[in-house]
Amino acid sequence: MPAVFSRCRARLTGAAVGAFALLLVGTAPASAVEKGVFYPESFTLSNGMQVVVIPNHRVPVVTHMVWYKVGAADEPRGQSGIAHFLEHLMFKGTDAVPAGAFSRTVAKNGGRDNAFTSWDYTAYYQNVARDRLELVMRMEADRMANLKLTDAVVYPERDVIIEERRQRIENEPADRIGEQIQATVFVHHPYGTPVIGWPQEMSRLTREQAEAFYKTWYAPNNAVLVVSGDVSAEELKPLAERYYGVIPARAVPERTRVGEPPIAAARRVELRDAEVRQPSIRRIWTAPSYRVDPDKQAYALQVLSEVMSGGPTSRLYRNLVVEQKVATSAWLGYSPSAWDLATLGAGATPATGVPMDKLEAALAEELRKVVQSGVTEEEVATAKKRMLAEAAYARDSLTGPAQALGAAVTTGQSIDEVEEWPVRIDAVTAEQVNAAARAVLGRENHVTGLLLPLKDKES
Amino acid sequence: MTVRLRALSVLLLAFVLLLPAAARAVEIKRVLSPGGIEAWLIEDHKVPVIALEWAFEGAGGTDPKGKEGLANLAARTLDEGAGPYDSQAFQARLQDNAIGLGFSAGRDAFGGNLRTLADRRDEAFDLVRLALTEPRFDAEAVERMRAATLSELRREQADPNYVARRLFYGTAFPDHPYGEELRGTLDSLPKITPDDLRGFVKQQFGRDRLLVAAAGAITPDDLGKALDRIFGALPGKSDVPAVRDVAMKGGGETLLVPRPTAQTVMLMGQAGVKRSDPDWYAASVMNYILGGGGFGSRLMEEVREKRGLSYGVYSYLIPMDHAATVMAGGSTVNAKAGDALEIMRKEWKRMADEGVTEQELTDAKTYLTGSFPLQFSSTQAIARILLQVRRDRLGIDFLDRRDALINAVTREDVQRVAKRLLDPSSLLTVLVGRPDGVTPSRTINGGS
Repeated sequence: MPAVFSRCRARLTGAAVGAFALLLVGTAPASAVEKGVFYPESFTLSNGMQVVVIPNHRVPVVTHMVWYKVGAADEPRGQSGIAHFLEHLMFKGTDAVPAGAFSRTVAKNGGRDNAFTSWDYTAYYQNVARDRLELVMRMEADRMANLKLTDAVVYPERDVIIEERRQRIENEPADRIGEQIQATVFVHHPYGTPVIGWPQEMSRLTREQAEAFYKTWYAPNNAVLVVSGDVSAEELKPLAERYYGVIPARAVPERTRVGEPPIAAARRVELRDAEVRQPSIRRIWTAPSYRVDPDKQAYALQVLSEVMSGGPTSRLYRNLVVEQKVATSAWLGYSPSAWDLATLGAGATPATGVPMDKLEAALAEELRKVVQSGVTEEEVATAKKRMLAEAAYARDSLTGPAQALGAAVTTGQSIDEVEEWPVRIDAVTAEQVNAAARAVLGRENHVTGLLLPLKDKES
Repeated sequence: MTVRLRALSVLLLAFVLLLPAAARAVEIKRVLSPGGIEAWLIEDHKVPVIALEWAFEGAGGTDPKGKEGLANLAARTLDEGAGPYDSQAFQARLQDNAIGLGFSAGRDAFGGNLRTLADRRDEAFDLVRLALTEPRFDAEAVERMRAATLSELRREQADPNYVARRLFYGTAFPDHPYGEELRGTLDSLPKITPDDLRGFVKQQFGRDRLLVAAAGAITPDDLGKALDRIFGALPGKSDVPAVRDVAMKGGGETLLVPRPTAQTVMLMGQAGVKRSDPDWYAASVMNYILGGGGFGSRLMEEVREKRGLSYGVYSYLIPMDHAATVMAGGSTVNAKAGDALEIMRKEWKRMADEGVTEQELTDAKTYLTGSFPLQFSSTQAIARILLQVRRDRLGIDFLDRRDALINAVTREDVQRVAKRLLDPSSLLTVLVGRPDGVTPSRTINGGS
């Protein structure tokens, strides 16, 4: 799920999604394909809180993250945006660490901190020197149990998230249509509701609602501690027990979200705006996620994505941009990390003078070809080789592995499944890729989104 | 890349310029190739990755009149075919070996970067050499990159932040390369030919302009050989047009571009300090406290935390080789734009009048010194930091001296630099949107 909203501009959102995507597509030893990507260690505290440690001793720093298994798709109906609002309010204080003091303390200690929310998870992190790990653990554990909100800090922050919505979504037509497309893909499931919320509901969110959300979901047994960097599980364990282990477990509701009804129709969403000078097209299907994957297609779809869109030699770029010259860019994207259904999308930007219907037809033809004729053994072999060769890069990062594992665990994957990624990718056959392509791209109940200039300006 | 992007990378380093004892374990080695090419290396074999970063200083700093965007188009097309490989073949070699190769045209240098797994390094080094010394610039590839650039430029015209940036730099630096769109314009791009690109590369990529930094799984010996292999065939001398120093214009103006957006985007700035300025560290501390530090900075506190007027406001320093600016920006709902702008200007003035408190100074220092090792987050990041230290002429022992330079800044230093730099009445302010409560000195319709 690509939409992630964070507390401060430009701190993590892009990085989170980017690193995350990279890690999901790339990993594994280059030669022999064996189990193992990040080589994490994991244990569970007495209160049920899971802990994941990814040692990396390059420099004496650590990334400390707490992930809650709750996100925007778990919000009560009518309170869209409350998960993300609470994320902001988690910085508004406890008795020990009053409003504003959390980030100030981290910064004073030479660290950086922030947080982000998606449909399936909410996460808080600090990057600090290793000797400040205990300090941030103490503060993070404190706000897991002791958040105290007042109207005086809550309501100005509500204005902030409304500004965030304006800045992130309303200010640019490309972001506005993205939101509309998502809302059309999921007609009943809460993935159709923007993480940041619908404006008319955001402006009515209350302190009491945020507190209720906090009390319902923010329990240690519903959280995962992920620490990567210059630390071992052995060193971390006593600290984790001391700060997080003493918080009592609580009953947490099961995630019960409504499912999507059968959707029989293709749908089209069109946004025309005077600001748009560069039109574009996107087409989105629902697709299996790692967790909801009865036919075991998630890995085959990743290989399909690499064949279609893995760089300048991939099918879409080669055929639409290099050869037919109808597009200046073309892509297909799929991320299988979601608690419920994932999405798969394809899109393109037209070359100058190419009408949108011609571009749409050319894109549809490429997708039809792969559904009907499939991919070749050679394409699959090359794609897999590329994906597996990215291995060492995935570990060559401090925050990337922590983000990948946190997102995986909070969307229902086991650590073993993450570590088995190279083996599972290596096992994918052309036949499986073709079956997965037919199962997803062969369906007609997709959503097509068109971003267009006003009629008189159309190129 | 726009001025802003290049500047942000500089800024990142500016934040980072002090190395706490903890990170001092890293040892920088000076490597001199048999052919006389120097590189700095942080060797580390924990992950089998090698990163190389290099820059041709001054290259691409000026595009010929009417051919704006030349250097940037060259950067985009260099890896689109070289030597015996056409575009698809070249890209396939990169991709199949998981080699990351990139070029970027900046205001003050033409940059390149390579990331490779250690066991693919020979292939990687050969591909870089080919790209630098035998780029093909096939008509098809040039056309494709030109079209992609034009498409990006058109797309960005719907982005109010982009519109604000363009107007700011166009107004601040008229008749100077810093005022131009680095990627060219809808008019200039079609005029650039493959021969222009060949001429540019031949003329401007000389070893006399080259700086190289490396990190990761390679020994000094092997790096030395690699340097000759990659860069050895480049001409010893380059021919790069000089860029003149320039003073910022537009002070005191408030420009408005009316746009039907939900928020008003605000961008303001005035002359700043260059990296070589003795006041650089004092200015960095001042900027951190004013709006460079995210949460807890004065601008965020006043505009966002107390009043909920904006999702984010910030300030930053942009040190370029021939000019420098100190900037602030943010966005806010149209109805409150006047309020937000007034608060930002007030904070500008308060800093100039009163400077900072002892507590603010101490906190800024612990942040600026303590956060440095966080930057060493990947092999590529390490190489990038090293290259920037070289570009800024800070010396190979700089990482060891960094803490001391920041810690030496006094309240008086900050006060002096604040007085020198910050003057709300001579700010150039650009607004994009439908702001209430602001009287612009000029309204620019359809600007971008």
